Amino acid sequence: MASDKITEVSDADFDEKVLKAALPTLVDFWAPWCGPCKAIGPMIDELADEYDGKVQICKMNVDDSPETPGKYGIRAIPTLIFFKDGEVADQVTGAVGKPQLKAMMDK
Amino acid sequence: MTIDHELIIVGGGPAGLTAGLYAARAKLDVVLLEKGATGGQVLNTDWVDNYPGFPDGLSGFDLADKMTAQAKRFELEIKQTPIIGMDLKHDIKTLHLEEGGTLTCKTLILATGARPNHIDIPGEAEFAARGVSYCATCDAPFYRGRTVAVIGGGNTAIQEAGHLTKFADKVYVIHRRDELRATKILQEKVFANNKIEFIWDTIPTAITGDNTGVTGIELKNVKTDTASKLAVEGVFVLIGIQPNNEMIPLDQLETENGFIITDKEMLTSVPGVFAAGDLISKNFRQIANAVGEATTACLSAEHYLAHLK
Repeated sequence: MASDKITEVSDADFDEKVLKAALPTLVDFWAPWCGPCKAIGPMIDELADEYDGKVQICKMNVDDSPETPGKYGIRAIPTLIFFKDGEVADQVTGAVGKPQLKAMMDK
Repeated sequence: MTIDHELIIVGGGPAGLTAGLYAARAKLDVVLLEKGATGGQVLNTDWVDNYPGFPDGLSGFDLADKMTAQAKRFELEIKQTPIIGMDLKHDIKTLHLEEGGTLTCKTLILATGARPNHIDIPGEAEFAARGVSYCATCDAPFYRGRTVAVIGGGNTAIQEAGHLTKFADKVYVIHRRDELRATKILQEKVFANNKIEFIWDTIPTAITGDNTGVTGIELKNVKTDTASKLAVEGVFVLIGIQPNNEMIPLDQLETENGFIITDKEMLTSVPGVFAAGDLISKNFRQIANAVGEATTACLSAEHYLAHLK
């Protein structure tokens, strides 16, 4: 089950929900055809629960929203970008483990 | 000294999950350690047509998901934690965790698999995930209507070149020889595909680009020594694999080119340490034989434990 703590974002509301967010925000760029993206899904759900109130966790479907991934030069998924105050603080591509993502967000 | 587990399995691809399934079903005291998501390289496979029991084929993700679910049905404990080292010199094997601390066990199954080789040319690291890819299945849809290059001539390269033509307008296959190593059935498909153009006897020398990502690739013909350039927006490097052995003490067990040597019961040169899947030294790397080796490895580990008592 997907966590209800995850915010779905699109090209239309990316500025408002991510760049202008009060909380640091992790965006998981994914697509339904991407096996590794689906494989890390449960871990993203867990992170959303664990970091509730500390880090906002968002997902963007790159098929439905091609502009934002284009803007950030994303040509491989899953790519996870950690935003702080509207700026890219860190990013990682591939089916990474939870410890690596936690380290990125705890910095 | 207390021992944490009877059996530890390192790696959660098809081999690790199969060993885990057998061990959990046999009610061994077992834990499987995986650094990321379970499924291994199968997750990067678009479609699996040659795994028995699925007459219509299935996606790599679905197969990985089913293998994970089957192991979990027997309550296999899967712990997501990277390993940074291990000590195999004693009867009790010790694993060092990245998060700190250790885990000990009586017997160990190594199933850490393999990963794609890098080509080590200028631009490769710089443009990783910005046009340089090791997984067409993962990244092909970003190249809708574009031109890309595939480096390699083996089964993976040829299969993925075919997959890329579903999205890209043009796929160059750059191969250092003048014939393919890929199987006949794959070759026939790819030669019939008019979006694919072969560039034979040629190696890439650099990947070029700008702040938007990859824009081109520089080539050299190995027979004539002629240099050339191609405008491409993606470069798929599909030139074989290397073992995931960084956490394994290679001075403590026998290896061949970094791959672990096993006997027919999947025992390594160290008593109590077994290995299976893409990590071991062998000629053919398929999901089905990884699963078979892991079955043997687990039953051998059980046998080993029974004789310890």
